[in-house]
Amino acid sequence: MSGVLVVLEFRTQDGLAVWNRISWEALAAGQELAAEIGQPLLAAVAGERPEGPAAEVAQKKLARVYGVAHELLAAYTADGYVASLEQLIGAVRPTYVVMPHTYQVRDFAPRLAARFGETLIADVVGIRMDGGQPVFVRQLLQGKLSGDYLHRGPGPCFVSTQAGAFRPETVEAGACEVETFEPKLEAAMIRSVPGERFRVSEKSVDLTAAPLIVSVGRGIKEKENIPLVEELAQALGAELAASRPICDNGWLPMERQVGSSGQSVSPKVYIAVGISGAIQHLVGMKGSKAVIAINKDENAPIFEVADYGIVGDLFAVVPALTAAVRKAKGM
Amino acid sequence: MKIIVAVKQVPVRDSLIHIDSSGRWLDEGELSFEINEPDAYALEAALLLKEKHGGEVVVLCAGPERATQTMREALAKGADRAIHVEAEDLVRMDTFGVARLLAAAIADEKADLILTGLQSEDLGLGQTGVVMAEVLGIPHATIIMEIELEESGGRIRVKRELEEGWFQTVEMPLPALLTIQSGISKLRYATLMGIKKAKTKEVRRVAAGAMPEATVSLERVYPPQKKKETRMIGGTPTEAAAALADVLQFEVRVI
Repeated sequence: MSGVLVVLEFRTQDGLAVWNRISWEALAAGQELAAEIGQPLLAAVAGERPEGPAAEVAQKKLARVYGVAHELLAAYTADGYVASLEQLIGAVRPTYVVMPHTYQVRDFAPRLAARFGETLIADVVGIRMDGGQPVFVRQLLQGKLSGDYLHRGPGPCFVSTQAGAFRPETVEAGACEVETFEPKLEAAMIRSVPGERFRVSEKSVDLTAAPLIVSVGRGIKEKENIPLVEELAQALGAELAASRPICDNGWLPMERQVGSSGQSVSPKVYIAVGISGAIQHLVGMKGSKAVIAINKDENAPIFEVADYGIVGDLFAVVPALTAAVRKAKGM
Repeated sequence: MKIIVAVKQVPVRDSLIHIDSSGRWLDEGELSFEINEPDAYALEAALLLKEKHGGEVVVLCAGPERATQTMREALAKGADRAIHVEAEDLVRMDTFGVARLLAAAIADEKADLILTGLQSEDLGLGQTGVVMAEVLGIPHATIIMEIELEESGGRIRVKRELEEGWFQTVEMPLPALLTIQSGISKLRYATLMGIKKAKTKEVRRVAAGAMPEATVSLERVYPPQKKKETRMIGGTPTEAAAALADVLQFEVRVI
């Protein structure tokens, strides 16, 4: 048993491979881990025709890339992926399997790990060595605590990496060979029938290019209070955004949601009002140049990523801020 | 249609937390517990399906004695009965162990559908449901927003959430396991009648069997290390707001 196997994720759209960008972050994590434990770095991509994507991965500094190819992998299914990767891992016998923590990985990787009697160490934000053994760091209680995890089983050890936690630019360039792996799959093994991807509404609000965003979370308590934050956004000339629960409740439209299931934004300034900062929200706004947080709970994880913070009652602070902004602008 | 809903009891959101003397988990003595929010939506989805198609909703929960409170609340909302897997120290188990405990407790139930939340709010590993499906040998789908039972009754069609506002419809045969997204419907409250009825509903207790050693262990918990220097702005709301307006005007320059 040897090697760190990184499983990268792409999908084919109009004949072109579209990467899930966290794949390259997982590869960076895999490279770091492989270097620390002195084992070869391997990679795999799966699909009906994975040759192109596999060739792209082969331009990185790796020992080998596996193109897992089968016509039954044309569309993603948990059954197809679990069976194929189980066979690949059985043949390659890596000590670690590293994957990006995407929605697809969340769907199949726990089941894949269980097939080996193992538990996936999911959503890892850091890897540290301790006495020659990797320690995997995860966030607990929505980011309020960190936890150190050790792998104690016979292996392989399965790990998924959180969006934004590892730096894809650290992956070194190189050249390696591509090997095609053809899993034994039959149509009867795949129990679910996947449909096409679709969007409920065309995105009409583009927050991704907004230079200034005021974003509101659960702290606002009621729909009737939303205008409080709306007025601040107006005074600043900012776009109004929200965390998921606000959009789930229908207090603001879904298209204004920032986070893993909404938009990823990178404004000059992001003002988070009454947002505690759950991981799913933070991954959508981590790219902001400056973060300002207003929250009543001084232990809220949003303060971990904030450049400026006010611990206080938003119902008092926000109107005062709107007034101060208007005054500064001579409004 | 028989639906099992697997729920977890977690510390109340925004609780003040303290790390215990072992440094490996929270001091639970001073904590209050509640149903894991995504699991509350799984329960709601099950109750809606029962209202539409008839059948039975069974709540499944592993945990110490305090877990009965969460099960009673689910029964008060309309679940028909509950199964309590008595286990003291779940945090020392890994997901595979917990999933096997839960799966073993319902092996004879022959459920058509098993629902649970997409992840827990304490550990957040997001995999107990998926691993249960593997242990039970049934298909699964994750992060589900809608469930439709096909007329024949033997299959379901679900709407699955993908990243960045995309969705997908997936069909599969029953029995199946689904993990449910938070916030997909409005949660009901228990009625007085419901609370009264809950007292007479069955809670079957199952002793947790011996579990083999965990392959993954949580060794230590600690406050997150700050990556950023945060400048905290104090004072009265008016003072803080004025100071922040200065920051917006002269430091980050967006006014």
